[in-house]
Amino acid sequence: MRKWLIALLPLALTFYFASFIPAIAGGETSTATIEWIPSLDIQLSFYIDGLSLLMALIISGIGTLIIIYGGEYLAKDERLPHFYILTLLFMSAMLGVVLARNLIALFIFWELTSITSFLLIGFKHEYEKARKAALQALLVTGSGGLALLAGLVLLGLVGGSFDIPTLFQEAKSIQKDSLYLPILVLVLAGAFTKSAQMPFHFWLPGAMEAPTPVSAYLHSATMVKAGVYLLARFTPILGGTPEWHTLVIGFGSATMLLAAYIALQQTDLKRILAFSTVSALGTLVFLLGVGTPLAIKGAVIFLVSHSLYKGGLFLVAGSIDHETGTRDVNLLGNLRQSMPFTFVGAILATGSMAGIPPLVGFIAKEVVYEATLEESAALLLTGVAVLTNMLTVAAAVLLVIRPFINKAGELPKSPHETPLSMWLGPILLGILGLAAGVFAPAFGANFVEAAINGITQKPKTLHLALWHGWNTMLMLSMITVAGGVIIYIVLENLLPLMHRLRFNDVLSPATAYQKMLDGLLKVADAQTRLLQHGYLRRYVLVIVISTASLVGYTLVTLTDLASIQFEASTSVRVYEGLLFFLIMVAIGVGIRAKSRIAAVATLGVVGNGVALIFLFYGAPDLAMTQFAVETLTVLLFVLAVYRLPLIKEYSGKRVRIRDGLVAASFGIIMTALILMVISSALPSNLTNFFAEYSLPKGKGRNIVNVILVDFRGFDTLAEITVLAVAALGVYALLKWPTNDEKHANPTATQELDQL
Amino acid sequence: MNNKAQSLILSTAIHYLVPLLLLFSVFLLMRGHNEPGGGFTGGLVAAVAFELYAISEGTPKVRQLLRIKPLELIAIGLAIAVGSGMIGLFVGDPFMTSLWSGELPLLGKIGTPVIFDVGVYLVVIGVVLTVMLALAEE
Repeated sequence: MRKWLIALLPLALTFYFASFIPAIAGGETSTATIEWIPSLDIQLSFYIDGLSLLMALIISGIGTLIIIYGGEYLAKDERLPHFYILTLLFMSAMLGVVLARNLIALFIFWELTSITSFLLIGFKHEYEKARKAALQALLVTGSGGLALLAGLVLLGLVGGSFDIPTLFQEAKSIQKDSLYLPILVLVLAGAFTKSAQMPFHFWLPGAMEAPTPVSAYLHSATMVKAGVYLLARFTPILGGTPEWHTLVIGFGSATMLLAAYIALQQTDLKRILAFSTVSALGTLVFLLGVGTPLAIKGAVIFLVSHSLYKGGLFLVAGSIDHETGTRDVNLLGNLRQSMPFTFVGAILATGSMAGIPPLVGFIAKEVVYEATLEESAALLLTGVAVLTNMLTVAAAVLLVIRPFINKAGELPKSPHETPLSMWLGPILLGILGLAAGVFAPAFGANFVEAAINGITQKPKTLHLALWHGWNTMLMLSMITVAGGVIIYIVLENLLPLMHRLRFNDVLSPATAYQKMLDGLLKVADAQTRLLQHGYLRRYVLVIVISTASLVGYTLVTLTDLASIQFEASTSVRVYEGLLFFLIMVAIGVGIRAKSRIAAVATLGVVGNGVALIFLFYGAPDLAMTQFAVETLTVLLFVLAVYRLPLIKEYSGKRVRIRDGLVAASFGIIMTALILMVISSALPSNLTNFFAEYSLPKGKGRNIVNVILVDFRGFDTLAEITVLAVAALGVYALLKWPTNDEKHANPTATQELDQL
Repeated sequence: MNNKAQSLILSTAIHYLVPLLLLFSVFLLMRGHNEPGGGFTGGLVAAVAFELYAISEGTPKVRQLLRIKPLELIAIGLAIAVGSGMIGLFVGDPFMTSLWSGELPLLGKIGTPVIFDVGVYLVVIGVVLTVMLALAEE
């Protein structure tokens, strides 16, 4: 029951977005803006045009079905609430990506989708495989995200604005800029990693570790389309240049062909679908690379048809897995009798996938052929497209015949039809695919036309029809279907040959990724062993020496040492002299102390002496803090001292001389630094500013405190957060069970070891 | 864990010192905006009070006196600090814009920076006590 209630939220969103259809189809756009960081030209602004509306409808519409389906699919899983929360969180992030009008806002939402995807892939986090796949997806899309951020910032600087519609006007000057190529490469890196283009595709099959409703939603219908959306959105800004055509067509066509080929070698239903999704994403990227109005039309129609049929097929695969306990196509069979509704959903989806009229997939394929045929390299491009589609048809045939019609093997469970909540999704998506084909003119006028105009930014009217008459495209379509069926029939005999020609092993980016990851961990290990050796005294030594040498180097090279004035502006007062003497005596006693308590006590004297100096020179706040910290340190030590062993060994003479030299040079350098600062006091407006505004703006007479809690309150917030995290760290280190206590909580300790 | 000091003088003195120090820490916190003091120093002084108590009476008594775990104190303090920044959001200002009330009897002006300082105060106490109790009970 709960799943139906929760699904009301995405359903309401779907209706909300649907209410925009008449206006957007009429060529209008809509904008909403909330100021975010106005000083940096960053707004939380949203923009609805044909392209973003189409995406938003797909996201919220399919999201509704996924929530209903997932509620049933994971009904027995205690983490079902996590599924709802993460899926809805992802949906908001994804809607943000497609509706964002500001580049930075778009990037933030983009990263949020990566993070929710990470959490959802690792949903079954008790399995190492799921954790690894989640990390892999996060690292690949995350590094692409970094590149994208760099690209977007450059784009914003070159174009003079972070506002996407404003950038549309600046396209010419951006494309002439010398930074155009870096921008393009960086943006493409972001798009290609997200949309699983070769050679970054390997995370997507791994992502199939996620629960199937998640795969259906994120890893076929929506998130992986974010990269495609980005290319479409930026087509008017970055598109149309030779570099764009070469790079985008190159990656897209390689991906669509190779992935379709690899898909046929898989035996796991979800992996077949995953590689076929990679291939479809390649097709979309390829079409956007071609970039002609016809190609863009093909991209839009194919995007819709793919989201409908692939989302549906994933749900079918999930139902099959749920009912039979296996996803192995060689084992499955005969499900058309036990699962008739699911079978109908599968027929509608695979029909669209294979491009059978009157389903929308047929129109998509026709338009794609029409687009490639008018290109200058028509023979090559059309050839690649036809070949890819043949392989896709073969996969579609396989997806119907193996699980539903062939004879079944030994199934772990005996299958029954799923409840309404699980067959509703595939059937509804299938019917939508059918309706979009049958009512092609209405589909074209209400959705496709506005989306195309959103991509090209050159408004044009579109006529879409199911039937184009007897022409070349139809002939190619028939050849494709026939070729696909033939490939399926001879697949059994082809497989040994295909396994020998395993492109996926030869060009295995997954192996490269693993090697890089292992290498990184090795370097981290080595440097940790080098630096984190566990001897407190050496830590102090390293810190002091490196600080002293860096500061000393800067002092010598960047400043004029002769300008330091040694004459004091005031003469030394008696009590200052006494204090200096006291500190010196304390240091002398401290370095010769034979007990820990004595050593700590003398350090306390030194610290309190320094605090007194602060007080003499007009920094009471600093002095008070110093007093309190000194007291705390001594008390803390007293509390802990009972547990420490007595000092047994004293440092040898050489070590003492070394330590003395290090300490002395550090002292000399710090003294020189302070003298330097005093001698060449920089004219600073800050002091005046704080002094002037502390009372009227900050309502306080204590400037130090007003700076801490008001003017620079953000810094303080960060500092106390760091303090809190540090305390957690200390707590974890001290309270964590040691080796003897491991039996108390073995798994938790292992997790800490991995950290 | 019994690691309390066996000293009559200390334990007698501490019964008077701890409440005084705690009062003093609140005093420091409240005056901080106009005179030397503030949440950070105040928090440290309060932590000193609890540490003295721990030396004299042992850590279990400190936990009793505190009633809540120091880690929770950190969380509450952080929440207050962030919350004081959020107040501005509700009236349409950016995060952490300071807002001030008018003159109130006894308290004077109350503003979001003062609430923020209370958060700092609690975080500092929580952090020091977390470390202290963990070390002493180790």
